[in-house]
Amino acid sequence: MNANLARHRPSLGVVVLGILIALGIVVALIRYVFGLGAISNLSDAYPWGLWISFDLLCGVALAAGAFITASTVYIFGLERFRPILRPAILTGFLGYLMVIVALLVDLGRPERIWHLLIFWNPESPLFEVGWCVMLYTTVLAFEFSPMLFERLGWRIPLAIIHRLTIVFVIVGTLLSTLHQSSLGSMFLAMPSKVQPLWFSPFLPLYFFLTAVAVGPAMVILESSISSRIFRRGLEVELLGEIGKAIPLALGAYLLVKLYDLTSAGEWAIAFQGPMSVLFWLEMILGVIVPIILFSMPSVRRSGTRLLGAALLVILFGVALNRFDVSLIGWPRSAGSWYLPHWMELAITIGIVSAGVIAYGLVARFMPLFPSSHAASPASE
Amino acid sequence: MSKYAMLIDETRCTGCRACQVACKQWNDLPAEVTHNRGTYTNPPALSAKTWSLIEFQEIENAGKVGFYFLKRACMHCEHPACASVCPVGAFHKTAEGPVVYDDWKCIGCRYCMAACPFGIPTFDWGKGLIEQPLVRKCNFCIDRISNGLTPACAKTCPSKVITFGERDQLLALGKARIQQNPERYVNRVYGETEAGGTSVLYLSSIPFEQLGLPRLGSAPAPLLSEQVMGYTLPFAAVWGTTLTGLALLFRLRNRGKKHPAAESEKETTP
Repeated sequence: MNANLARHRPSLGVVVLGILIALGIVVALIRYVFGLGAISNLSDAYPWGLWISFDLLCGVALAAGAFITASTVYIFGLERFRPILRPAILTGFLGYLMVIVALLVDLGRPERIWHLLIFWNPESPLFEVGWCVMLYTTVLAFEFSPMLFERLGWRIPLAIIHRLTIVFVIVGTLLSTLHQSSLGSMFLAMPSKVQPLWFSPFLPLYFFLTAVAVGPAMVILESSISSRIFRRGLEVELLGEIGKAIPLALGAYLLVKLYDLTSAGEWAIAFQGPMSVLFWLEMILGVIVPIILFSMPSVRRSGTRLLGAALLVILFGVALNRFDVSLIGWPRSAGSWYLPHWMELAITIGIVSAGVIAYGLVARFMPLFPSSHAASPASE
Repeated sequence: MSKYAMLIDETRCTGCRACQVACKQWNDLPAEVTHNRGTYTNPPALSAKTWSLIEFQEIENAGKVGFYFLKRACMHCEHPACASVCPVGAFHKTAEGPVVYDDWKCIGCRYCMAACPFGIPTFDWGKGLIEQPLVRKCNFCIDRISNGLTPACAKTCPSKVITFGERDQLLALGKARIQQNPERYVNRVYGETEAGGTSVLYLSSIPFEQLGLPRLGSAPAPLLSEQVMGYTLPFAAVWGTTLTGLALLFRLRNRGKKHPAAESEKETTP
């Protein structure tokens, strides 16, 4: 026991993450006692900021790897992708838990979050988002549970979950489609606020298609990191295969976008002002270049190149896009301005750190990777 | 169409701010600590403590510098975005006209603030869990008008800027004033069609955007989001059936093959 503890003395990385989590908790306490104004630069002119743009919008999109991989394996019956299934489900599950924690900080009245269950307003896209996030997190908990049951050796619940898996996956894919797109619908209610280059009746479709594209990209990112940290092999071949889906999703996105710009007659504003630079950063680095890269066999055969291309989709195709839609392009009334307060960042960083630690713990103590023996040492 | 409305004739306003004070008194709102910012607009913007505000504009018009005033408060839209987007339905448009807020439902998500095309709802940023922050805005003195009184701001205005009454009649009144004095007014009643029409109507001698009101089309802000939300259930039914069909199809196709699924399950079972 003692020997084991010594062997698992926390590394520098874990200590740093621990400090960041502690800092996040302290800042959250300040927020709960003194109010949102005490830790954020949010204001009546900027009621939404970093937490909505990053923790909610990017968070949910970046958790899309779970439903993409699960539907690939179970609905489309592509069994060869099974080795990357569990890490993808875990990333998605932790991702949604992180979204919920962030919302519990961002909501003015977090103690009333259950009101979503009893006061209904089906007209509201956020009503749909709220319900889908609750239900899908539950589905992800079930999809994750076999790792726990196997670890504990509980055979009966394991058998039950195993039989129900296909139902969970279908429901999970449906819920994911609904709320990935309804995050886009949220901004349909703000035609006078979202920049015209981004405002479009196709916003729900855009959010869904980019989520489909970023799902495999996140699987690539997560596998690349975990293969380094846990010193296990990288499934380059599988990652290259799943990367083939990216040009399809991004290609569809690009086509609809081109049609949209043309039919709305917005080509003129596509080359005007600083916002158009951001628009083309998104479209070139986040969409067109990744379409080309993921179509090249030489990229799909190299772990490093896959990772680079995946990062482009994640950073420019999705993260920059969500910020452009929800924050950067917002009209500024006289004198109002928003940049996240450092304590807002501390919350976000604390939550991400907790997610990383949780991933590491599951990887260490549960059968996360196929045939990996990261699960076997310690504890026994 | 809502019954009651307010017609605010900004050409008559003297900037005395009696309405601002009356609003605070009736609604028991505290004062705000402010400092000189080089303008008479004070406090600087609507807030959880200030639901109605006179904004002062110094604008050069036809070679003369003029002082213009805007009484800013909730517009009480005919088709309010706040009510449409609130996930717990904490806002609703009453038959009398006011858009009111059921504060016990609110979860503090602030979607109403993000969605309001006029930027009206405000939040108690300085309140923690114990003080229970809420979203705040003008409620058209619903407690007064439902008891046969006029809103506090309209009641108190000494220069008859604010007329309270039925919306149809106020629209007619506004148009009549424009017709009688066409050189005094911009030829439009703001709020007749903006964002689907509002229960607060404005007359002005300078373009409404210069006064500080947003230029908006006649479509209600949440028109598109409501349309899309209406497709949710039919879409879910079709997509859910499609996914189930696909799953069955691929199961059947894979039936002949050996079950690699079972094998890899075993692999990870301790």
